[in-house]
Amino acid sequence: MQHFYFDHNATTPVSAPALEAAAACMGQVYGNASSIHHFGQAAKQRLEAARRQVASLAGCPPREIVFTSGGTEADNLALLGVVRNAARAPRHVITTALEHPAVLGSCAQLEREGAAVTYVPVGADGIVDPEEIRRALRPDTVLISVMHANNELGTVQPIAEIAAIAREAGAYMHTDGVQALGKIPVDVSALGMDLYSLSGHKIYAPKGIGALYVRPGTRLGAITYGGHHERERRAGTENVPGAAALGCAAERAGADLAEESARLAGLRDRLENAILERIPHTGVNGHRAARTPNTTNIHFDGLEGEALVIALDLRGFAVSSGAACSSGAVHPSHVLTAIGLTADRARASIRFSLGRSNTVEQVDALVEALVASVAHLRKLSPVTV
Amino acid sequence: MNGAPIAVAMSGGVDSSTVAAMLVRRGERVVGLTMQLWNQRRFPELSSAGATGRCCSLDDVYDARRVAEQIGIPYYVVNFERQFEQRVIAPFVSEYLAGRTPIPCTLCNNFIKFDQFLEMADSVGARHIATGHYARIAWHAASGRYQLRKAVDETKDQTYFLFGLTQAQLARSLFPLGEMRKSDVRQLAREMDLTVADKDESFEICFVPNGDYAAFMDAYLRDKGVAAARTAGQIVTTDGRTLGEHDGVHHFTVGQRKGLGVATGEPLYVIATNPQSQQVTVGRNEDLLRAGLIAREVNWVSVAGLPAPARAAVKIRNKHAAASATLYPTADPGRVEVHFDAPQRAVTPGQAAVFYDGSLVLGGGWIE
Repeated sequence: MQHFYFDHNATTPVSAPALEAAAACMGQVYGNASSIHHFGQAAKQRLEAARRQVASLAGCPPREIVFTSGGTEADNLALLGVVRNAARAPRHVITTALEHPAVLGSCAQLEREGAAVTYVPVGADGIVDPEEIRRALRPDTVLISVMHANNELGTVQPIAEIAAIAREAGAYMHTDGVQALGKIPVDVSALGMDLYSLSGHKIYAPKGIGALYVRPGTRLGAITYGGHHERERRAGTENVPGAAALGCAAERAGADLAEESARLAGLRDRLENAILERIPHTGVNGHRAARTPNTTNIHFDGLEGEALVIALDLRGFAVSSGAACSSGAVHPSHVLTAIGLTADRARASIRFSLGRSNTVEQVDALVEALVASVAHLRKLSPVTV
Repeated sequence: MNGAPIAVAMSGGVDSSTVAAMLVRRGERVVGLTMQLWNQRRFPELSSAGATGRCCSLDDVYDARRVAEQIGIPYYVVNFERQFEQRVIAPFVSEYLAGRTPIPCTLCNNFIKFDQFLEMADSVGARHIATGHYARIAWHAASGRYQLRKAVDETKDQTYFLFGLTQAQLARSLFPLGEMRKSDVRQLAREMDLTVADKDESFEICFVPNGDYAAFMDAYLRDKGVAAARTAGQIVTTDGRTLGEHDGVHHFTVGQRKGLGVATGEPLYVIATNPQSQQVTVGRNEDLLRAGLIAREVNWVSVAGLPAPARAAVKIRNKHAAASATLYPTADPGRVEVHFDAPQRAVTPGQAAVFYDGSLVLGGGWIE
């Protein structure tokens, strides 16, 4: 059976050029980028070339990019690295109910360490109101962390406005940009970011590489110890093959952005409209305009999302219920409950996230599989809505 | 099977793994499903190093996934934690607090494995489910019923926990191991190179680490924000003497001898627990003998009902050697009076009384 992939927000396949870049590095550019000799220099050159490529996509000078092991580490570094180093105490952080577990988990750790955290609620459209952020400000607020695009809904947050509020209040602004980079234009300088996390495997680079943009002058302490790598910000031998692949993927994402996002938006809308038209008791979760072009999150009332994911997988279509990380958890997605969905509706919701490999034919076949699967499941437990 | 897939409930153990592999070998389309029922990390204070009782551990899921990969079937973990807590854990705890000794495995069979799991099977298009239970199901044309029989390997027989199954549930269930001996199952698993062929078995209630029910209940009640009810009380003898104090009737079960915390010359046994007065009554072994019992919420399996008194062998615990008895119908068809030929030791409220005719499971109910 052929399998089709509609779960690109969970991860993406590694593109051929990125794969080639990584493989070439592993085989040939194997020096330690910190070594003085020829081999070390070659690795260092490759690393810095990758840094320039990533910086170019993010809209910043290369020296402001710190490579990490991925988005989660970038988020941890941003939150723990800033708040632990803040001179003022008690220390206060503002974030939102929509954030990825990498941010929420870091906040929970900061709370255990004595910091205060305010979790700003979001509206039914899945978008944070900057005024809510302003209202949450305290004299001791050191950091505001708001994601750029939500992983489950795709909704895009007004981070430029929020960054302006942070600047006014003298607080740092961090954004988890893992789901935005490569899908919508990102210019960290124009957005007014102090810190911005990104990840390789969401943009067709391998797992195990990511980066944190750090604006010069940001007081960021290390959270790992044992070396002077990455300007003392991230100890550990540099992952040159990963960085090379990320650089390569970033370049491709930048070049393709306008064309590919228009194509994906077309496919996404085709999928969404067909579902809403042909399957009763369905609806889109979150704002339909202000979101990434590849994502739609839809509730199929009366169903268990988990059962629908399995039924679709057996028909050859990979989608997800809730975020991949929280699948298997008892509690319905914290994002869907944060936007006011009932537990039942949250559990009846499916995320479709499209990417480069998807075609019109695949979308149409997915719609047919959905119509059949939903009809079968509803026959078993009729909708009572 | 008309090409419809069979959903196999895979626990990661040797039995259900062998079932899945046997069915694949037979040419069936198989979908492997593991039920995630309980999160062991929820009460970390209970899981000391080397703890036993390991329901739904990551290791078991790993093993089940590995077997599914080996035999080339689609495999999923499905989450029933919510339903398991509602239908199994909560009743288990409240039964204990009410002074009875519940059997969560039967509740799990009735309401999760042969209910929720069947629904999940429906959603993957499966007509039948198969499990690693040791029991036999056969269609009996004369009576128009599915009959349930003890497993060929009586030492492994699990019919005591299956008396609650309805005809509709039996009609859709397959127990391929019912005709096999455990040693043959292991042998077959080895022949098929299953990675779990020599895996240890679990004997205790899956969600209770180290078999320590009282500690589990304390943790659960704490988690629910229920202040541990005032459960301390007195240990008294059948003739009314007070021997000492205890810290909750849920620490005691009828027939228990060890851990009473009182020292006397002769061996003492728990005869009864009373959650109202918080009294634990102890006495001699002979005081445990009962001539009969009343079974409530009786489910008839291989026969349609009990029109007149009938002879049966009755099991009152899983490891009990069934005792000869006469079953008497009562005005309430859900209640049956059991009169043993010879008095039985430790008839325990909350346990099941299962009625057999030879290997045939007639039905069963809960001991009142």
